[in-house]
Order: sequence, then structure tokens, then C-alpha cells
Amino acid sequence: MRRDDELTKDDVNASEERLRALLVRAIAGDAAAYHVFLRDLGAHLRAFLRKRLARLPDEVEDLVQETLLAVHNQRHTYDESQPLTAWLHAIARYKLVDLLRRRARRDLLNDPLDDGNELLVASDTEAADARRDVAKLLDTLPDRQRRPIVHVKLEGLSVAETAKLTGMSESAVKVGIHRGLKALAARIGSGS
Amino acid sequence: MKTDDLVSLLASGAGAVDPGAARRRWSLALSGGTLVATLLVFAWLEVNPALGRDARAPMFWVKEAFCAALAVGALMAVARLGRPGAPLGGLRPLLALPVAALWMLAAVVLLTADAAERSDLILGISWTECSVNIALLSMPVFAAMVWLMRGLAPTRLRLAGAAAGFAAGAMGALVYTLHCPELEAPFLAIWYVLGMLIPATLGALVGPRLLRW
Repeated sequence: MRRDDELTKDDVNASEERLRALLVRAIAGDAAAYHVFLRDLGAHLRAFLRKRLARLPDEVEDLVQETLLAVHNQRHTYDESQPLTAWLHAIARYKLVDLLRRRARRDLLNDPLDDGNELLVASDTEAADARRDVAKLLDTLPDRQRRPIVHVKLEGLSVAETAKLTGMSESAVKVGIHRGLKALAARIGSGS
Repeated sequence: MKTDDLVSLLASGAGAVDPGAARRRWSLALSGGTLVATLLVFAWLEVNPALGRDARAPMFWVKEAFCAALAVGALMAVARLGRPGAPLGGLRPLLALPVAALWMLAAVVLLTADAAERSDLILGISWTECSVNIALLSMPVFAAMVWLMRGLAPTRLRLAGAAAGFAAGAMGALVYTLHCPELEAPFLAIWYVLGMLIPATLGALVGPRLLRW
């Protein structure tokens, strides 16, 4: 099996160029390109984090999701003149260090034997599932953020339709989505 | 939620990123912070009555250039540190340059002065208040810089906080020159630099807490 670290330099350059072109189009408003970008990025992140979290395999998928959310929320900080790899790597590393710091703090507080309860829960098929359910976290958001996200992002309604349905203004719907995704990232970051 | 579903959620209806938003945030932060600091000079301190005469002295413009150069360098550092993976590059030496130049000028002034004058050159008439005033005037700019930085994505939080604080300090010092009667290089080399380092230190202390995302 060919693994990520066996990719040649040319392969890496090619995927940098490809992802970069996708992100540039996404930033200009191309949602389809953005979908492909995030999907491929997810796979890269999974390989990257799996290698670095060899001892914490259960955390990998959660962190993949957390990092994707971070990339989405911070995509306005990407400068097209900058290598995409450097930008992505800095974000992934930041989230990884943040997770390890959070865990270190929690492990100090908790009896480490507690983890024994989860021993049978973990299996191969579940390893690829996130333990933290973003959908549940979404439910904890206030209505003015949750409803725009549910209608626009999950049900695929337009901003105008959502505004009509919820009685919110169109700009309130947009602000609700934007703030809601930031709040989601913050809730993940606070270790809930 | 599966990762694929999250990807669909994030991508669906994700519009274009507004390229003007960053510029608006920068101009609002800079103008807001500087405006409040300037109003503070008028309301709380007072404008140096001899400002018109001082402005004809070359040293006045050395003082202005010193503060402005550091402000520009520190603001560039804020911009870079707010962007994941952007290297600081030559900004460190660029920031050290004005300080080194002023210190050299101060050393020359002190070495060529009479021994009896040296303490006056260092202490001026306002050494007890200068650094504190600069630090206080920098606070509105500091708040604006933290707000600005929270809209970006710093990954080195302590350094980002220090840069935000130092930029605020340099802007605070620039505004303080409206009030400050001092024109001697040794005075500026010590008390101005100290005044800028106070908010920079504060920024390094609170950065990891305030700038987390």
C-alpha cells in the first residue's frame, strides 16, 4: 500500500497546486470546488493526524472535523500568494497542540482508569467515526444561529427562503450562519 | 455527524469571501483606537503648548519617525502573525533597527555632553510620567488590536499578543508626542521604549487567553 509519506515531491507539489486552485475558486464563491477541496483536505488531514496521534486513535476523526471547521471559519486569512501547505499545516498543528494541551489538563483532573469503560466501545469500524457529534453540538446553539445553519446548510434552502421561513432578515440569516459556525468551533475548543 | 456530512454542511451555500471585510476591519481598528487615544490626550493630558515651536526642531521629527517606523513594523508583524503559516521574515531586524539607531544617537549625545548635563538628558522633566502615559494611551489601541487579531487566526498566541501590544505601544507613543515636551535622544531611548514595552508585555501575558480560537 502506498502511504502518504511515500509520496514523491512531485505528487505533493501537484496536490498543493490542485487544492490551491480549488480553494481559490471556493473563496471566489464556487461551492462545488469548495466541496471537493474540503473532502480531499479531510483525507489529507486524516492521514496527517493519524500518524501524529498514533496513541490516541479515537481522537483522530474528531480532530479532522475540528480542523475542517477551523479551516472553514478562517478561510478569509488565506493569502493567495502564500503556499497553501504552510497555511494548512499551521492550522492543523495549532489544533493538534490545542487538543494535546486540553487532554493534558483533563487527564490531570480525571481518574485515568475511567477510560477503561470505553474499552469495548472502540472497534475497527467505529475508529473512523467521530466520537463527538457535531449535530448534537449544533442543537445547543441558540435558534437565531441554529435555524439558519439547519435550513441553509443542511436542508439546502436559499438564504431568501430561510429568511421567509424564520421571519429573520436575509443579513441576519447570513450573520447567524457565520456566528453559529464560529460558536460551534468555540464549543468544540472548550472541550465539550 | 460523519465527516462527509460535515463537509457537505460547510460547503453548501458557502458564498464568496468578501475581500473588503479584512480591509474594513483593519481601518476600523486602527482609526478607532487612534481616535480614542488622541481624544484622551485632549481630554486628560493637554496638547504641548510649545508644539508649534518644537515641530521646527529636527529632533521632533526624529521622534515622530522613530514611533512611526516601529508602529509600521509592528502592524506588519500583527498582519503576518494573524495569518497561519506566514513567516515573520525580516521583520525582527526591521523592528530592531529604529531602536538600535536611536540608542546609538543617545549614546553619542551622552558621550559628547558635559557630565553635569547627562542626568537632565536622560530624565528630562517628565521621566516619572512618560512611560506610564504612553502605556495608558496605548490601551484603546491595544483593545482594537486584540479585536482585530481575534478576527484573524494567530497560531503563535504569545508572540501575536506581544506584537499587538507593541503595535499599540508604538501608536500610543506616536499620539503621546502631541503632549510630550521632550526632545532629547537619551530620554526617548529609555522612556519611550519602556512605554512601548509595557503593553507588549501585557499582550504576551494575555495573548494565549484572549486570542485562542
